[in-house]
Order: sequence, then structure tokens, then C-alpha cells
Amino acid sequence: MSKFSIITRGLVKENPTFVLVLGMCPTLATTTSAMNGLEMGLATMFVLILSNIVISLIAPMVPDKVHIPVYIVVIATFVTVLQLLMQAYVPQVYATLGLFIPLIVVNCIVLGRAEAFAGKNGALDSALDGIGIGIGFTLSLTVIGMVREILGSGSLFGWKFLAGDGILAFVMAPGAFLVLGYLLVLFNKLAKK
Amino acid sequence: MAAKSTLINMAACLTGVCLVCSAILGGTYAVTKAPIEEASRKALLEALSVVLPAEGEVNPEAQTVEVDGKSYEYYVQMRDTAAVCWAVKSTVSGFGGPLTLLVGVEPGGVVHATRVLSHSETPGLGAKCETDAKFIDQFKGFDTSSRTLKVRKDGGDVDAITASTITSRAYAEAVACAVQAVAKIQEEQQ
Amino acid sequence: MEYFLIIISAIFVNNIVLAQFLGVCPFLGVSSRLSTATGMSGAVCFVITLATVVTYLLNTYVLVPLGLEFLQTISFILVIAALVQMVEIVLKKTSPSLYAALGIFLPLITTNCAVLGVAITVVSKEFSFGGAPHLMNLGEATVYALATSLGYGLAMILFAGMREQLAGNDVPKAFKGLPIAFITVGIMAMAFLGFSGIV
Repeated sequence: MSKFSIITRGLVKENPTFVLVLGMCPTLATTTSAMNGLEMGLATMFVLILSNIVISLIAPMVPDKVHIPVYIVVIATFVTVLQLLMQAYVPQVYATLGLFIPLIVVNCIVLGRAEAFAGKNGALDSALDGIGIGIGFTLSLTVIGMVREILGSGSLFGWKFLAGDGILAFVMAPGAFLVLGYLLVLFNKLAKK
Repeated sequence: MAAKSTLINMAACLTGVCLVCSAILGGTYAVTKAPIEEASRKALLEALSVVLPAEGEVNPEAQTVEVDGKSYEYYVQMRDTAAVCWAVKSTVSGFGGPLTLLVGVEPGGVVHATRVLSHSETPGLGAKCETDAKFIDQFKGFDTSSRTLKVRKDGGDVDAITASTITSRAYAEAVACAVQAVAKIQEEQQ
Repeated sequence: MEYFLIIISAIFVNNIVLAQFLGVCPFLGVSSRLSTATGMSGAVCFVITLATVVTYLLNTYVLVPLGLEFLQTISFILVIAALVQMVEIVLKKTSPSLYAALGIFLPLITTNCAVLGVAITVVSKEFSFGGAPHLMNLGEATVYALATSLGYGLAMILFAGMREQLAGNDVPKAFKGLPIAFITVGIMAMAFLGFSGIV
């Protein structure tokens, strides 16, 4: 497999949100606006790339029976590093995303990639895999956030093009499920062609 | 590819990983401690500058006052040697959870300005209490000696946010609590 | 009264799946049959309550006094992983029938974000149930965790019932499987929105 295809695979063929349908909690909870979705995606990508690299390096030395706890500790470490860095340099973003930053630890995408890819491949490939899947995740979250923001608040990336309110249900919980459901339908339809 | 699992190397591996990870975390914590404190101090100063008048000195050390068994944190703004305004942190129950405001109050119970510090109100409805300029601006210069801090539905003089009476009611209550706290502070100083 | 408010709020108003989006992956994964949904709900209930109590004690009596709050995420996840393992071993020895019912779901629970989510929420977020906003004490935290997990069970069992009905229906091809599931959950969440504001 070429280096380039490792990256592009995460965008469409193995898109974490629309094809693998993993990591649904942050996908639904933090996409109230395009910007929030983008920020959450980038935060996850940070953890994904670093944990992928480290896990690919230590995997050969880790006894088989304890590999899951070791992976979780590595991931949790990077999540905490991210938490501290965000509190220090982008406190506003940290306040918006709140609980969902520590919850990256239990995001099935991160542990899933560690188990399925990083544990069996070299550091460079694992880093590229992290970048690819990370970009795929970020793009998906941004798209969902865009749809919800346009319908729910009549704005895009904070730029308001509609006076007054949008359809509030799309900013609230039901809208998250509905938008994701219909986007999945669309993705299925386009991917089949 | 993966190493063989024996009790000794499993224990050694887990201990080693935990040690290295806690070292990394301890290091990051030490490095980011100062910037995190700086960031929260900056956020506080920024909020204080919104709710207090521009001139004079603000003491960024919080003091506390107790009214009816509820304790409030507050900051004093001094001009020369007289206190000219107090910023009180006031928390009440909103629609979706606690609603915390910072309220600037001048002597005599006149509200200078208000600012939301944290809330969990419904996006697009109650959450507008943070952004709706018309709603927020009506509290600027609100004189509690001649007007009542309640929404119009409850017989007061506060215009509620459309479709968010409970949030507006909580907001007005939080401001009223802050005014009470300032009255108590002034009383104690005399 | 306060406990009553916590229970209503956690089950209906702030339902963990439908309003807080926690634990969605297993919610979708095991809800295609009513019997597995019931088993998973039971296991989650058990683990969330136990994990919340243990992490609450760990946070209050170890992390906070030592000034190590930044280790919250990593220590909580380790505690949860260890607890799940322990529950599995204990159940296997003491109650084989319960183990047979819950067994296969237990390993999945470590990465159920509802468990870590509730544990972190309980020690970090202020709540106001009728009274002044405050951090929860142990009693409130336990009741909150139990009620939240009951809400999880309620949502999951309701949803599994609907999915069993859906399975026999003629759904358009592109909607088959997860898309129609998401849309169903969306409509369910809309119904649950009706509870907002009652507490």
C-alpha cells in the first residue's frame, strides 16, 4: 500500500464517521456549529496521531495479554496532555467542548486504530494512518456541524446570513441524530454509485 | 511479533508504562501550570472590566460575604480610598442547570452591568441570555430603588427573552441576589 | 425531595443517551434485539453505579488532597477497566447464571463513554436540584449514577423494541440499518425534549 493511499483511505473508504460509524458520542454532542465540530475533530486528531506513533513503537515490546491496558494508558496520557495544553492556551475552546475532551480516551476510533493498525505497522505508516483517519473524522464533524448550524441558527462558521432564528430542533439533541441519519443515507447513496 | 506474556514481563511492562506516562504528565503539568493560571486570571480580569466602570483600581483578590446562609464571592473597585463598585459572583438555578453571573453593582443598588460566566441553558433559547444585547443592556444602570428586578410576567420591570421566561427569571434573580449581597457589604462596612 | 428531583432529571430530562449523547456506540450496537438490550442495560447499570462510587471516593480522598486533579482522566479510566475485570471474575465465581447473562457485555463496557462520562460529570459539574448549586456529595452522586444508568436502560429497551418492529418493515435501501436507526433515535429524542423544564 502506498503512503499516499494510507492517508486517503481514511477520507472516504474507511471514513470513521460515515462508513465505520465509530466515535458517535463526540460526533453528535459537539457538532452544534461548524466551528465546534472542527475543533473537536482537530483535538481527536492530535491524540490519534501521537498515540498511533507511540503505540507502533512500543507494540513489539508489550506482552500480548496486557496490550489493551497499556494502549489505554498511552491514550489517556496524551488526552491529559491535550487537556492541560488546551486549558493553558485556548481556554475558551476547552470550555465549549468540556466533558468531551477527556472522553477522547474512550473514543472507539482511537483505541480501534491502535488495535487494528498501529499495533501491527511501523511508526511512519501509523502516523500517516492517524493523519488520514483524523482528517476524515474532522471533515465529517465539520460537515455535520455545518448542516446543523445552517438549519439551526441560520449561520455558517459564525457568519450569520439569516435574520432571526433557524429551526431550533437542529441545534438541540434530536437534530444531531436526524442530521447524522440523513447524511448517512446520502453517503450510502453516493458511495454505492 | 508481540512479546510473550509471562507474569514478570507483564508486571514490568505495566509498571514501566505507568511510570513513563506519569512522568510525562507531571512534566506537562509543571510546564502548563503557570499559563493555565494566567489564562483564568485573564478571563476574570476581562469579565471584571465588562461589569465594572473603567476608572479606578480593581483588587483581583476575591472576598466573600454571606447573605441568608448563601455565600458570595466579590471584587471591589476602589477610586482613591472609596469603594465605587462591587462585582459579585452570583449563581442560581436556571432552566438547564446552574446559571452563574458576574454582576457589577454601584452604591445605592444601581446595577452597572452584568455578564454570564457559565450556564447550561438551551442553545438557541435560554442560551441567548449570553448574547442577546437587548436583554443584557436593560440591566445597565438598572436602579433597584425605583424598579423591580423581576420579569414583567411576575410584576417586575425586566423584559424576558422570547420563549425563555424561566431563564430570564433566573437571570433577574441572580442580579437581585447580587444587589442584596452588595447592600450587605455596605452595611458591614459602616 | 431532592433525591426525587435527581432521579426524574437523570432518567427523563437529561437522559444520558438522548440528551447528553453518552454511550451511543453500544446503544446502537446491542439494541437490535430486546433480550441483548436488557442484558446490556443491567450490566451498564451495575458498572456505572459501582464505578461512580469508587472514582468519587478516589477523587475526594486521594486526588484532591494531593493536588493531583490532572490525573483524573487517566486514573478514572484505569479504575473503570480494573473494576470491569473484577466484576467479571467475581460474577464468574459467585453467580454463573448472572455471568452467563451479562458476561459478553462486560468487556465492552470499559470503552462505553457513559461510564467515564458520569464519573467525570459527578466530580466536576455543579448541580442545583431545588437548592443552591453545589458539587454532589456521595449520596447524591450514587443516586445520580443509578438514575442515569436506569435512564440508559430505559432508552435502550424502548429503542430495541422499536428496532425489532422496524426489522420486519420495508425500509428504502439507502436507509437500511444504521441510518433509519439514527432517524428513529432522533424522533425519540424529540419526544424526550418534552420533559425539559419539568425539574
